[in-house]
Amino acid sequence: MTDDTLKQSSNQTNKQTKTISQNGLWTNNVALVQLLGLCPLLAVTGTIINGLGLGIATLITLVLSNSIVSLIRPWLKSEIRIPIFVLIIASIVTTIELSMNAWFHELYLVLGIFIPLIVTNCSIIARAEAFASKNNLFDSALDGFMMGLGFTLVLVVLGGMRELIGFGTLFANAQLMFGPVGETMTITISENYPGFLLAVLPPGAFIGLGLLIALKNIIDKRQSAQQTVVIQDAEPAAS
Amino acid sequence: MNFSSIQIKNIVTTASLLTLFAVTGAALVGVTFIQTEDDIKYNEKLTLLRKLNNIIPAESYDNDLLLDSIIIKPSRLLSTKEESLAYRARKNSQNVAVVFSSIAPGGYNGSIHLLVGVKTDGTLSGVRVVKHRETPGLGDVVESSRSNWILGFNDKSLSKPNDKGWKVKRDGGIFDQFTGATITPRAVVNAVHNALLYFEKNQQMLFSVNTDQTEAKTKIETIADTEADTEIDNSKQP
Repeated sequence: MTDDTLKQSSNQTNKQTKTISQNGLWTNNVALVQLLGLCPLLAVTGTIINGLGLGIATLITLVLSNSIVSLIRPWLKSEIRIPIFVLIIASIVTTIELSMNAWFHELYLVLGIFIPLIVTNCSIIARAEAFASKNNLFDSALDGFMMGLGFTLVLVVLGGMRELIGFGTLFANAQLMFGPVGETMTITISENYPGFLLAVLPPGAFIGLGLLIALKNIIDKRQSAQQTVVIQDAEPAAS
Repeated sequence: MNFSSIQIKNIVTTASLLTLFAVTGAALVGVTFIQTEDDIKYNEKLTLLRKLNNIIPAESYDNDLLLDSIIIKPSRLLSTKEESLAYRARKNSQNVAVVFSSIAPGGYNGSIHLLVGVKTDGTLSGVRVVKHRETPGLGDVVESSRSNWILGFNDKSLSKPNDKGWKVKRDGGIFDQFTGATITPRAVVNAVHNALLYFEKNQQMLFSVNTDQTEAKTKIETIADTEADTEIDNSKQP
């Protein structure tokens, strides 16, 4: 291989990496665009810490399942690929559940049933089927990471919105995740905040998610409008 | 139906592949389970002990709460439908307090599970809500993490306040209700009062010394017997 082709291929990987990251974080975001895994998303986002906990658990599951599926590609038969995906995902999630129970017991108690329910998060099997079963290990792991990160960010933002509006705090119960240090992390906006019930209840989660999706669409629209303006500006110069 | 040898080969490889994955997955879960088993048990004990210590301060007793427990039969006063455990606190072999679970059946959204701690003199050492499905922001004020309301039970007893006082303020009692939620505190106050009645009637049995499992079982029956009596008494009273 000459230097040129090396450069070209590394350029290509860079481009690929960028596309995958952009896809996971924004263009094809699990929560905002694919609208997958909404049940845990809506149920646990009462606070930032709950959202972060479930987000990280989902992220780890996505990275591991994508990596394993990518590694076993040569032996995968199309007839039994779905049961195998389910087996892999269920094993990973159970392992994560047991580990969380052992090392983050209180967070585990708070998240409760939603950790085992990660198995039923469609985004995981969707990524295994649509991406990992067709791509190499590095790309698949990266895709899992970025998709998971995109999901986690939405969980954290939505959790933050609901916690702030509902309870008037941020990072409450951070000690569940960060140990004793976390107790100093809680930010109380106002001591006598009366609380806003709607934000805490499930409708608040739906409204919050709706607002986030609307915000994303507005940003996308602005961006594409700007791009057309640039193209229109550029055209006369070219002709 | 006849299969060609290629088809059979195909079926066999597919099946063995699936088996292989199932076994590997099960092995992975099994190994993790064994690795984390001790930690999880330790965590569960610690969580329970922390809950109990909220009700009985750790310095007020010197025995092992979790080991010094007795099984109590389902009771109508406690609204329990299954056997539950009572934990006894003793210091220098002197009885200090007992913690047992009680259920408030009349919550706004199903039962509210409580842990009630009663000292030997019949005063409450503390009450905590363990499990509930009350409306967040309204009924969940009974949780100690949401407000201090539940601490209002500390040091109360059957005589302090008297029978009439064991109600929420709206019903003429001494306990606060919350804006927008009267049902939840009413249910909890009622359940705590019943738990105190239960304690009064079963005090001796609740503190009876035994750590032996077989002995524990004989004790249960005696408790069940006395309880049956007390409940008949109750029905006669009104």
